[in-house]
Amino acid sequence: MYVLLNAVRCISDIFLFLGGAELLFNGVKEHHVTLPSQSEPWDMKQLLVWIQQNLLKERPELFVQGDSVRPGILVLINDADWELMGELDYQLQEQDNVVFISTLHGG
Amino acid sequence: RAAMAQDMCSLKAQLEEKEKEIAALRSKLAQLEKSHTSALELHDQVTPLTPVKTKLSLSNEDIMRYSRQLLLPELGVQGQLNLSKTSVLIVGCGGLGCPLAQYLAAAGIGRLGLLDYDEVELSNLHRQVLHGEENQGQAKALSAACAVRRLNSTVECIPYHLQLSSENALQLIQQYPQPTSVTQTNNVPTRYLVNDACVLSGKPLVSASALRMEGQLVVYNYHGGPCYRCLYPTPPPPETVINCSDGGVLGVVPGIMGCFQALEILKIASGQGSSCGQQLVIFDAQSARFRSIKLRSKQAGCAVCGENPSVTKLVDYESFCGSTATDKCRKLNLLSRDQRITVQDYKAIIDNAEPHVLLDVRPLVEVDICHLPFSLNIPLSSLEERKLEHVRLLQDRISQLKEQLAGDCRPPVYVICKLGNDSQKAVQVLEKMSGSEMDSITVKDICGGLMAWAKRIDPTFPQY
Repeated sequence: MYVLLNAVRCISDIFLFLGGAELLFNGVKEHHVTLPSQSEPWDMKQLLVWIQQNLLKERPELFVQGDSVRPGILVLINDADWELMGELDYQLQEQDNVVFISTLHGG
Repeated sequence: RAAMAQDMCSLKAQLEEKEKEIAALRSKLAQLEKSHTSALELHDQVTPLTPVKTKLSLSNEDIMRYSRQLLLPELGVQGQLNLSKTSVLIVGCGGLGCPLAQYLAAAGIGRLGLLDYDEVELSNLHRQVLHGEENQGQAKALSAACAVRRLNSTVECIPYHLQLSSENALQLIQQYPQPTSVTQTNNVPTRYLVNDACVLSGKPLVSASALRMEGQLVVYNYHGGPCYRCLYPTPPPPETVINCSDGGVLGVVPGIMGCFQALEILKIASGQGSSCGQQLVIFDAQSARFRSIKLRSKQAGCAVCGENPSVTKLVDYESFCGSTATDKCRKLNLLSRDQRITVQDYKAIIDNAEPHVLLDVRPLVEVDICHLPFSLNIPLSSLEERKLEHVRLLQDRISQLKEQLAGDCRPPVYVICKLGNDSQKAVQVLEKMSGSEMDSITVKDICGGLMAWAKRIDPTFPQY
């Protein structure tokens, strides 16, 4: 499920949107993307802006609030809560796997 | 021929006799069932409970009943005795609560509190598998308690038919000394309420949820792990919360998650402990995959379980979350009165054969369930995105209508959906488009949508 990229400074990320969060992205759960190269490493703050500009066209308020994700969305980096990884300041590595989960309330 | 007639006569007589016999048996059964249920007292308020009886050893019957799990070294006799001492409160006897209660009772838990303020409806039965057709209209808590008792009469069941609130939650949860398991209901305020009550009374909270084809499970407030507020300090905006009656759910998905809750509770109650204290389990039914996610630990700055908590007693959760503590759909009110018509008004429009366009803005999957024969379907999302083929389709219908209408009036478009929320949003979108992105139209919302149509105008129209 990983996309490997060898290009220098290009990062391959996999975004998964689960728990209804994918509905903001045309119902597509898994996005494999290559971020444009830049001199500084990408951090999560920049990634959220990039997602908003490139993947999310409609109703950004359902995904972001301020410069972070809106309440009720949990962010995971490589299957760990992003709180353990430095949240917005986390610097992305090649082949990182980022998941956005919206909490479910049904039952 | 005469012989045949005689045969038929005698068969009919026999049938009649058998039918009488069946009726007698039915009433006998009903009486028995009634006396059986009446022993289960439905509580509509929180009353003090006596402590769960402590068993010092297993009876021969216990040994036979639980033999297959007693053989597990992970459980053993001590684990089984621990289960029999445990009381668990289940909040919500729905899609999660049913299998949860079933497996806890089957495994020999000591006491089960079953709380639900709702009654059994036909649309519950695909996932709430403890209830049967004959339980429709009955309190869910009682129906679940009866089913549990049929399975294991040695488990003490206490059905509560009440709404959990800031006034009664602590009192209730404190009566369940061992792990309070909570299967949560659909609404956000109740989740915060139950979380805070569990933190304030020092109980782990085994929480799960399910929607569409996905499930999630976490054990909150357990062995240094986070509470619900540590993960979600701020409630989500109400418009982002989707419940089962809006989003749909495949019954087996909450079934799997409810069984998962039962597993974790049995591990905690028997003494093995749960490994989900700092872990979120996500189940993706579509790809049949489980993901385990390592969560943050208990947060020092948490408002309820942190070092300097600001929440020291239960608060008003409805105002905290900006939404009501029910699982029912929210009613939006986006339009003025002259932008809306009633289903009766719309019936008159059809009866008078007034030319118009009826626009159904539900998703295709719902239109497949039922629709009015003359409606045009364009989902709200397509309107919001201004999908070209859909805008064209609508423009074509409006042009046709214009030809029918004399003069240069604005053709009327009536918008309908299931309950009358999305249709209001669609009216707002169409008003923006009218006169610029397409011909000018007069657009109105049909209040209450197709469900109001089914209730007030056409009782043969399906409800879902």
